[in-house]
Amino acid sequence: MNTTHLILVVVGMGIVTFLPRLFPVFILEKLSLPPLVERWLKSIPYAALGALIFPGILTIDPSNPWIGVTGGIVACVLALLRLPILAVIAGSILTAWLANAWF
Amino acid sequence: MNPAFLTQFLQGSKKGLPLMIGYIPIAIAFGVLARQADLPMLPTLLMSLMVYAGASQFMAVNMIAAGTAGVEIIIATFILNLRHLIMSLSLMNALRHIPKSWKSFLSFGITDETFAVASLEASQDRSRMHHFYVLGLFAAAYGSWVIGTFIGAALYQLIPASISDSMAIALYAMFIGLLVPAVQKSWRFGLIAAVSILLCTVFHQFLSSGWSIVLATIFGSMAGIFVYKEEEA
Repeated sequence: MNTTHLILVVVGMGIVTFLPRLFPVFILEKLSLPPLVERWLKSIPYAALGALIFPGILTIDPSNPWIGVTGGIVACVLALLRLPILAVIAGSILTAWLANAWF
Repeated sequence: MNPAFLTQFLQGSKKGLPLMIGYIPIAIAFGVLARQADLPMLPTLLMSLMVYAGASQFMAVNMIAAGTAGVEIIIATFILNLRHLIMSLSLMNALRHIPKSWKSFLSFGITDETFAVASLEASQDRSRMHHFYVLGLFAAAYGSWVIGTFIGAALYQLIPASISDSMAIALYAMFIGLLVPAVQKSWRFGLIAAVSILLCTVFHQFLSSGWSIVLATIFGSMAGIFVYKEEEA
């Protein structure tokens, strides 16, 4: 593919990615939602977090799921101790790095 | 700029710091891989500027390297990024108070990660989120994605693509750091997440990880219809 062709592909990718992000702005404008749907939409962030964390975390090192497990457990413990989120991230990066050297 | 708006913007971008830490190594890796796959500088940068969705960008580079035709790449990108529809639906509902033109503009900045940070902020902060706050948060994430891509694409002969390997856990740790405090506030959020984790694990036996996440999010959040309570949010 030459550069012009590649740029066209990228523009196409950009358009089809933006539309689903934009579309809800216009549907919601027209709707007032029943409480049931409201509760569903408000629950989505927690469901998304769950699905984004697991089982994906097992694949950060495809050859060794324990790296993700160890780093994830450390992140949980640090978060339970109410440490700031940057400390949670730093702690789990360090753990994953040590676990990588260890296992 | 109105100083109150600037304050909101800066507070928002400060909340974006974990996103920046997570994004920069991945964006650098993307820049390196794209250039190694013989993508010129301009399309590489444009992809981060215009598409701004990590998984689909890595996929596109793979497909381009394999000589796949353009239309197939665009269709695959559409399918992979369709999950943002659900996320945008939830976030834009939480941001109903923001003017429509602003929401249209801000919707470009929705990714798995910015959605997670913004939604939890919106649900836990009693005061309504200001659009300049959201702009600051989204700009921090977007800026780090674009700058990371540029660094990787410019220095691809010097940087190994494995640079992001040891940082791969960063975004997972961020998700955990968002979810755990919410669960400490109310077991209901933990239940919703647990249902979703269970579903995602089951779906993952049959489906790609992208589809598993989408379906687990849609169906797992339905548990919330029965347990979600406003006063605890």
